[in-house]
Amino acid sequence: MHPAPSVIIFTTLSGLGFGLLFWLGLDSTPPTGMVAFAFFVIAYALSVGGLLASTFHLGRPERAWRALSQWRTSWLSREGICAVAALLVMAVYAAALVFAGVHLAPLGWIGALLSLGTVFTTSMIYTQLATIPRWNSPLTPALFLSLSLAGGALLSGRVTLGLSLLLLAGLVQLAWWMRGDRAFAQSGTDLGTATGLGDRGTVRSLAPPHTSPNYLMREFIFVIGRKHAQKLRIIGFVLMIVLPVLLLALSFSHWLAALAVLCHIAGVAVCRWLFFAEAEHTVGLYYGMR
Amino acid sequence: MTDLPAQTTRKLGLVIDLDTCVGCHACVISCKGWNTENYGAPLSDQRPYGDEPMGTFLNRIHSYEVQPDTGPAQTIHFPKSCLHCENAPCVTVCPTGASYKRSEDGIVLVNEDHCIGCGLCAWACPYGARELDQAEGVMKKCTLCVDRIYNENLPEEDREPACVRTCPAGARHFGDFADPNSAVSQLVEKRGGIDLMPELGTAPVNKYLPPRAKDRWDDESLLAPLLTPVAKEPSGFLSWLDKALDKLPGGSA
Amino acid sequence: MSAPQHRIDTSPKVSDEIRQTTCYMCACRCGINVHMKDGKVAYIEGNRDHPVNKGVLCAKGSAGIMQHNAPSRLRKPLLRTGPRGSGEFREISWEEAMNTAVGWLTEIHETAPHKLAFFTGRDQSQSFTSFWAQHFGTPNYAAHGGFCSVNMAAAGIYTMGGAFWEFGQPDWDRTKLFMLFGVAEDHDSNPIKMGLGKLKERGARVIGVNPIRTGYNAVADDWVGITPGTDGLFILALVHELMRAGKIDLHYLAQYTNAPVLVDGETGLLLRDEDGKQLVIDRITKKPTPFDQKGVRPDLSATYRHAGVTHRTVMAHMADRYLSPDYSPDAVADRCGVPADRIRAIAADLARVAFDEAFELDLEWTDFRGESHKTMTGRPVSFHAMRGISAHSNGFQTCRALHVLQILLGSVEVPGGFRFKPPYPKPVEAHPTPHGQGRPGRPLAGPHLGFPRGPEDLQLDEKGKPTRIDKAFSWENPMSVHGLMHMVISNAHAQDPYPIDTLFMYMANMAWNSTMNTSGVIEMLTDRNDDGGYRIPRIIYSDAYSSEMVAYADLILPDTTYLERHDCISLLDRPICEADAAADAIRWPVVEPDRDVRGFQSVLIELGARIGLPGFLNEDGSPKWKDYADYIVTHERRPGIGPLAGWRGEDGDQAGRGSVNPDQLDRYIENGGFFVEHIPDNAQYMKPWNMDYQDWAVKIGLFDAPQPFLFQLYVEPMRKFQRAAEGHGDQQPPDHLRDRLKQVMDPLPIWYEPFEQTLVDTDQFAIHALTQRPMAMYHSWGTQNAWLRQLHGKNPLYLPTKLWQQHGFKEGDWARVTSAHGEITVPVAHQAALNENTIWTWNAIGKRKGTWALSEDAPEAREGFLLNHLIHELLPAKGDGLRWANSDPITGQAAWFDLRVRIEKVAAPAEAQPAFDPIKSPVPTGPTTLKWKVGA
Ligand SMILES: Nc1nc2c(c(=O)[nH]1)N[C@H]1C(S)=C(S)[C@@H](COP(=O)(O)OP(=O)(O)OC[C@H]3O[C@@H](n4cnc5c(=O)[nH]c(N)nc54)[C@H](O)[C@@H]3O)O[C@H]1N2
Ligand SMILES: Nc1nc2c(c(=O)[nH]1)N[C@H]1C(S)=C(S)[C@@H](COP(=O)(O)OP(=O)(O)OC[C@H]3O[C@@H](n4cnc5c(=O)[nH]c(N)nc54)[C@H](O)[C@@H]3O)O[C@H]1N2
Ligand code: SF4
Ligand code: SF4
Ligand code: SF4
Ligand code: SF4
Ligand code: SF4
Ligand SMILES: [Mo]
Repeated sequence: MHPAPSVIIFTTLSGLGFGLLFWLGLDSTPPTGMVAFAFFVIAYALSVGGLLASTFHLGRPERAWRALSQWRTSWLSREGICAVAALLVMAVYAAALVFAGVHLAPLGWIGALLSLGTVFTTSMIYTQLATIPRWNSPLTPALFLSLSLAGGALLSGRVTLGLSLLLLAGLVQLAWWMRGDRAFAQSGTDLGTATGLGDRGTVRSLAPPHTSPNYLMREFIFVIGRKHAQKLRIIGFVLMIVLPVLLLALSFSHWLAALAVLCHIAGVAVCRWLFFAEAEHTVGLYYGMR
Repeated sequence: MTDLPAQTTRKLGLVIDLDTCVGCHACVISCKGWNTENYGAPLSDQRPYGDEPMGTFLNRIHSYEVQPDTGPAQTIHFPKSCLHCENAPCVTVCPTGASYKRSEDGIVLVNEDHCIGCGLCAWACPYGARELDQAEGVMKKCTLCVDRIYNENLPEEDREPACVRTCPAGARHFGDFADPNSAVSQLVEKRGGIDLMPELGTAPVNKYLPPRAKDRWDDESLLAPLLTPVAKEPSGFLSWLDKALDKLPGGSA
Repeated sequence: MSAPQHRIDTSPKVSDEIRQTTCYMCACRCGINVHMKDGKVAYIEGNRDHPVNKGVLCAKGSAGIMQHNAPSRLRKPLLRTGPRGSGEFREISWEEAMNTAVGWLTEIHETAPHKLAFFTGRDQSQSFTSFWAQHFGTPNYAAHGGFCSVNMAAAGIYTMGGAFWEFGQPDWDRTKLFMLFGVAEDHDSNPIKMGLGKLKERGARVIGVNPIRTGYNAVADDWVGITPGTDGLFILALVHELMRAGKIDLHYLAQYTNAPVLVDGETGLLLRDEDGKQLVIDRITKKPTPFDQKGVRPDLSATYRHAGVTHRTVMAHMADRYLSPDYSPDAVADRCGVPADRIRAIAADLARVAFDEAFELDLEWTDFRGESHKTMTGRPVSFHAMRGISAHSNGFQTCRALHVLQILLGSVEVPGGFRFKPPYPKPVEAHPTPHGQGRPGRPLAGPHLGFPRGPEDLQLDEKGKPTRIDKAFSWENPMSVHGLMHMVISNAHAQDPYPIDTLFMYMANMAWNSTMNTSGVIEMLTDRNDDGGYRIPRIIYSDAYSSEMVAYADLILPDTTYLERHDCISLLDRPICEADAAADAIRWPVVEPDRDVRGFQSVLIELGARIGLPGFLNEDGSPKWKDYADYIVTHERRPGIGPLAGWRGEDGDQAGRGSVNPDQLDRYIENGGFFVEHIPDNAQYMKPWNMDYQDWAVKIGLFDAPQPFLFQLYVEPMRKFQRAAEGHGDQQPPDHLRDRLKQVMDPLPIWYEPFEQTLVDTDQFAIHALTQRPMAMYHSWGTQNAWLRQLHGKNPLYLPTKLWQQHGFKEGDWARVTSAHGEITVPVAHQAALNENTIWTWNAIGKRKGTWALSEDAPEAREGFLLNHLIHELLPAKGDGLRWANSDPITGQAAWFDLRVRIEKVAAPAEAQPAFDPIKSPVPTGPTTLKWKVGA
């Protein structure tokens, strides 16, 4: 899949943002006043910024509101609804904390649930696609959720919890990669089934329909060298998990914590880039690629 | 409205005969022409006179080579447009309801006025049957020429998809698969029509007729009698000629 | 929850109006419905009533709208200002353009008409352009047939009065076994596809003989991946097997062919009576008898001794030759790259289907001998072939061999077999001989192009030197019935046989894809004399688009597009007939030009009148025709016969013959742009011998008298040339050509090695290199078409598995390809279904930077390439100081497919080599986005 920056930014930032909102909503002793304000600004900047970024890849962003209508079947619609609901609920919750110093705990719980729901529905947009076997697994929501929770925990200053969640997310990420690398082959879909010619012999693409790349090739076929991908995986994993864990485990200082968070964000972004770049869509088969 | 109809009254679609398609691209261009002028936004072209031209097409022809275990490789030209799946994943993922499957005939369409161009339906389609028009920012796809097949401004015989009407080899057939007696159902039955990527459960309406077996050179022993020599030498041949001519009606014997 | 389903209008208005005319994107000439909205072209579809395409339309035809609106269209006449090839022009008025042309041409016309060479390319008005040239008085006219497929046309006419393609077609509805030789697309492109579709529907068997398996050959049930240039051998091996097994149609051969005709034992000419009629031995009287007597039973095996000489039949000569083990499958298998068993299997299947599946149609008919028959015998075997067998230096004889094969099977003009389209079959005798000798200011006595009957028809001066600039009808290629367009520039540059003054070309991209040796030709077009003047002093060119050739001309006469002008697809020319009907068609301006351009034929008419060509003026000196439309309607070739056959006579109620009808064009337009006249049922087959057909043909004006004839297995005119080479007669070839003529002018089909491979080291140049036409592109034009160029914007060189592996190629690699003549460096791709010693690419995709209104970084100009750089118009030098054309020695057909090369893997260059400097474009580059919709 084409690793579109808008989608990478969106999933990376909104994952963190909603993760942070989740912890803020659950907090039994939440900050108030300016401190709360700071936390919520960060959370909203990340989640709303992410959502805004996601509209950049829309052909008709001015109609984006229509995306809320199909919650019965569409995960994208559900995500939109969850996101809006989470942001609205948490806005009331935040306003109460910031301006009135009042902790509306049940509202926080609902907001937290909706925030988590947003991350889950986002992940389901990808998970549901049988066309992309690498994504089509329960491990995908696990990955998105664990990362979101870990990132949110870090941002909200929950060091110990953050540490263990990071380790968990790291494990999920490794499992996700291991499964993902075999997923296409195991899906049973190949050029033979794609063309129905497989039982006659080995099928090979002789010529594409057009001699220049088309929309489908641009969107669905992204060729990334195996070696290059491995390198990026290591970089991504070190940034996303290893460094933050080390930094946090070493000793606690705000500077180091901030550095850990930045490392983590950068790492998530790298892994998200790989999430798309490495994903093979069945359409690629028709073009003799994966 | 992205609920799939529980069932459609008719199941309109195409049969594509891979034994007959010569890969001429006629269907590609007539589709481009009709759909540029008709349903929804024109199919745009980026850099039409420049480097890497890229335009929206609703139908494309691939070429494949199949290498059997024995015998020479075979070339197969392979047209592909929307298969109007019964279980269309492109429809259910659509967040706006712009994508829908018509309950009356099963045609999968995009309401371009509601489409936000998120591209998710194209991601969900296993076959590459949807294209986001780069100029208009909305999703385009094969409409099964819904603006032709019922069009009362067209003569009856022209109420078929543009690609079917134009295909010089007659490799494309249009009809109702819900009717087991329709020509398309019969063809599928007779020639063993197949689904693409059946394992994905999309239940395509369009069917492909596989190429007939090729390069099956008959066993020589069956043919040998046909080539039994009448003579080995020219002189022997001439006397055979003489006798054979006698046997013809009006011959001298 | 269920929101109401989106409502759409399923009956939108389609257009304001449909205008029916004829497609132009190839010589198939299908009928089209042009849907108009607000006076603009909105959509083009096939015309269901049209005899050629019956509603279907190919990709090019459907993309006509992009062709018609292409940004590359020329806008105004151009006069060159920079050096040739720079692309620097000044736009001028038509007045200035016409004055310039008239000035240049009038002088030549009056003093030395041969100094004008007028050659037309993809001309669909040859009967008119040749008429113009004839009246100009120059011997130097031809269209592009010489580099195209003259071998196919000439071999067919000399053998059976017509060839494949627009001359005839298989009986698609009845044939059961169809063999296709060397065809990628052909002129008859929609009918072939429709025909294949019919065969497929019936489950009939298709065998494709082609080194490359794509397109039609991909749908063939069986593929014979033959070695290029060896089809003649392969076919003659089939002939060997069929004759040996006696699987030939004796009745047919005896009655309808010259198989029983006696060959003079001394001269090798055919024995004839005093009236010139070919003689056979009647099996009943045992006497020599003219072939056409009622009740004659021609004897195929007779011998006739007379005055001490034994005369034997053509059939006996064929037995001598083809029963020889030299033609056995085992003897040819290796050279053809086809296993002997497979050749036998094909021969057996041909025999089985032709004879065991023969059938009778209840069609009563009377033959030319006056005998009636209750039925017609069907032999459901048919063949079709094109440039794959004709574009070789042994192509004429190979095409002959194929015709002989189908005649032996008795499958020509019978149900289930191959059928002619009117006005064919038309024997050589019904065609003119070539004409060339004229006097300044006077027209030629007859048409330039004709069918020589023997050495007396050659176009040579007293010293035996060719009188035509292309050396057509000379001893180098005596039967060059279409001329040799590919030699014009080369000969004019070499001033051999003489220098010319003005080269006038129409619709031929001779500085690029239609020429051999493209880089060399570019040099010839720009080469100068010592005095600084160009070696070819003046070049006038008519094109509609900004092609490569435009840059090499001095004066450009911009043409309209096909939707903006009158044209006529005439029975006098290359009509659109089908096997069961005669038909012709017109084009008419369905839209008016929005630029300052004029239909070229109308320009020629004005030029003719202003130069003062006799045929173009009335008695009083006024122009005879206002424009081409006027000519189409009022010109008469013979009394009552004009360019169009439909709606003749004052009331428009006559078909074929009749006086001029001033409303004729309107009647065509009302009828959808075409005219069809069906052949009566019992005249549908056996046409050369069927008096019902002959009479019908006379009635509609195809001939003036019935002209039944025998198929010529043995071609006597060839024997006449061969005899001359043996030293007989007063017209003698030059000595250096004697041996070659003795060999190749054999009156019975033979096979000889393609010339190029006899002259190069085949170990070094072991690979055959070919081109094919993409179905969706027409030569160079497709490239300016925004839709089509997306299908074929570059052309990889396809390599077979053996070469791919041997050289360790990977996807994305490039290769240097070298021939005896030149080298190119190009991208490669792998194809398994390919003859293992053959490489190929699509024809005419590569483009010169700065042309066709494309940006200079267009893929066509960076990665696209032409194979033409490797193909020379001359053979590699033999050291005898002579220029030997790379052409068939009989017809002069350009031997495109004889090319031998070697390849090596090289690092990818920045762009395909050779790369040329950009040409300055006379038109602006096209827009960067297209959203074409003319309606609201
Ligand atoms: N390597 C290789 N080369 C080949 C061949 C091959 O098989 N292999 N095939 C050869 C054969 S058979 C042929 S016929 C030639 C064909 O080659 P060409 O005869 O050169 O054909 P086109 O490229 O179609 O170019 C014809 C010119 O006509 C112009 N034209 C188009 N429409 C109009 C119009 O309406 N009016 C006017 N006045 N001009 C117009 C086009 O712009 C173009 O410049 O190529 C030959 N070249
Ligand atoms: N779409 C489209 N249609 C066209 C044209 C076009 O440019 N585009 N051009 C028109 C013109 S001008 C012409 S002349 C016709 C030509 O139409 P075709 O005769 O189809 O010409 P080519 O495309 O040159 O194809 C030649 C075929 O012969 C095969 N071949 C080459 N050498 C041999 C051989 O030795 N033996 C055998 N058996 N096969 C061989 C090649 O593989 C190729 O398939 O097409 C006309 N129709
Ligand atoms: S082919 Fe693709 S676009 Fe068409 S209905 Fe099926 S999933 Fe949807
Ligand atoms: S691109 Fe349009 S049709 Fe497709 S899913 Fe998005 S809104 Fe629906
Ligand atoms: S049915 Fe219509 S829209 Fe669909 S591929 Fe054919 S022409 Fe195109
Ligand atoms: S028009 Fe027919 S033969 Fe041509 S590519 Fe399309 S399906 Fe194949
Ligand atoms: S075959 Fe195609 S390009 Fe040729 S005349 Fe017919 S529609 Fe036009
Ligand atoms: Mo040609």
